[in-house]
Amino acid sequence: MIDVLSWVLLGVGGLLGVIGGIGIHRFPDFYTRLHAAGTTDTLCAILILLGLGFQAGLSLDAFKLFLIFVFLFFTSPTASHALANAAMHGGLKPQLGRENGSGKA
Amino acid sequence: MKVISFGVLLFALWALLSGYFSPLLLSLGAISVALTLYLANRMNVIDHESYPLHLYSKFPLFFAYIMREIVIANIDVVKEILKIGSKGISPQVIKLPLPQQTDLGRAIYANSITLTPGTVTVELDKNFVTVHALTKEGADELLSGEMSVMIPDQLADK
Repeated sequence: MIDVLSWVLLGVGGLLGVIGGIGIHRFPDFYTRLHAAGTTDTLCAILILLGLGFQAGLSLDAFKLFLIFVFLFFTSPTASHALANAAMHGGLKPQLGRENGSGKA
Repeated sequence: MKVISFGVLLFALWALLSGYFSPLLLSLGAISVALTLYLANRMNVIDHESYPLHLYSKFPLFFAYIMREIVIANIDVVKEILKIGSKGISPQVIKLPLPQQTDLGRAIYANSITLTPGTVTVELDKNFVTVHALTKEGADELLSGEMSVMIPDQLADK
């Protein structure tokens, strides 16, 4: 039962990683590609770590997986922000879609 | 008080990461924790920002909320990537007000925006945060300010 659950989690997580990769190729510009990469950052990593955690059971290994999750939780948004911020300061203009919100920025 | 609880936390972390519980190694761990505590105390880095004890009571609710948001946002972005039942992307750049009173609250808010796929914080200054969103819906959801009120901010509980 636990094996099935962890296989499902690992499978869905891996699938999300592949979909994120497809998204990076499909989206038109740097900023939108960053969003596609965001799916691999977050849910993909969470599901894979959770799947591995079920395999590890209640052990020190599970605690280490949890620590990896904690560090990802804090570092991956910071890294994404640093990328987007650097691109904006480098003068890369985002492609904007229809009806751009307030348009103040 | 903070120093002691920080020490306990560090020692627990050390013991769990090493996985060895012999008296010699435990005492070596205790010595290194004591040294770290001494240095951290001298550098004055154990403050409300690096060790936000006061926010811990709010953390579980925030964590549950952010996890839910991450799952929902992931499904939205995956739909856009695979073009299943989506209206197509329409990237937006919006400016949001920052109602958080503290730097820590602002940083948590900005990171939470980035953590949910489909929205990335591009610029953060004192009163405003500039966000790039993948879709109009994602931008509208942020503009509604729903996430902003969930952010643990230390002045809010006074």
